[in-house]
Amino acid sequence: MSTKTVPEPEPHVLAVDDSIVDRTVISRLLRSSKYRVTTVDSGKRALEVLSLDRNVHMIITDYCMPEMTGFDLLKRVKESAELKEIPVVLMSSENSPTRIRRCLEEGAEDFLIKPVRPSDVSRLCNRVIMK
Amino acid sequence: MAAAALRDQLTALLSSMFSQGLVDEQFQQLQMLQDEGGTPGFVSEVVTLFCDDADRIINEIATLLEQPVVNFDKVDAYVHQLKGSSASVGAQKVKFTCMQFRQFCQDKSRDGCLMALAVVRNDFYDLRNKFQTMLQLEQQIQAYDPKQQ
Repeated sequence: MSTKTVPEPEPHVLAVDDSIVDRTVISRLLRSSKYRVTTVDSGKRALEVLSLDRNVHMIITDYCMPEMTGFDLLKRVKESAELKEIPVVLMSSENSPTRIRRCLEEGAEDFLIKPVRPSDVSRLCNRVIMK
Repeated sequence: MAAAALRDQLTALLSSMFSQGLVDEQFQQLQMLQDEGGTPGFVSEVVTLFCDDADRIINEIATLLEQPVVNFDKVDAYVHQLKGSSASVGAQKVKFTCMQFRQFCQDKSRDGCLMALAVVRNDFYDLRNKFQTMLQLEQQIQAYDPKQQ
């Protein structure tokens, strides 16, 4: 009798950023670490994807976006009974301790300073997805 | 021109871009991500997106600064966007100019913003020309060796 090892499905990450340049870079970084990535350009679109796809393992979102900020998205996720277990990672080019503390207190898993580097993504993989 | 000569030309161009401070280690990270990830065309894609986006943002800022009453918060938001995408692509000089630009936005100085816009535009055009030459050289090199595509 032969046994076949079923490969683990790639972790699915939802990346949210209003900048097309940043979306492209973060998407490539995550894919190079063997994540499956869906990218969207707003918090509103992220919530739409989350309502349709229950198989998201992590959300990585820009902080500073028009209309719904990354912080607003974090709050919406953590207030939802269905979504609150999904780890949310915030990104910003501003290294503001107050902003970082506020996000961590609200339940963010991590806060990355842009530009995001390959080592940041490896760290996330170890800390968040493999948890 | 032979492929080796084109490669030398590309290496010299990239080296001058680093030594002039036009690009920084983030740009190097993107090149490594392309080379190690086996994703040819990635740097070209990001650079092209950056140039289109930066051009659009600079035009939006210019329009805002022409208004009789300038909305400095809106100008600042655009400069913040440009600073962010410059940082992501490793466009160091444009990023630094944006940081100075934001100070003029916070001071609500139209003259300061107009001066900063001229500097940012100049830095961006300079970088875009270099990026265009870089992409042309890469295309010419690939034409010699299609397996690299």
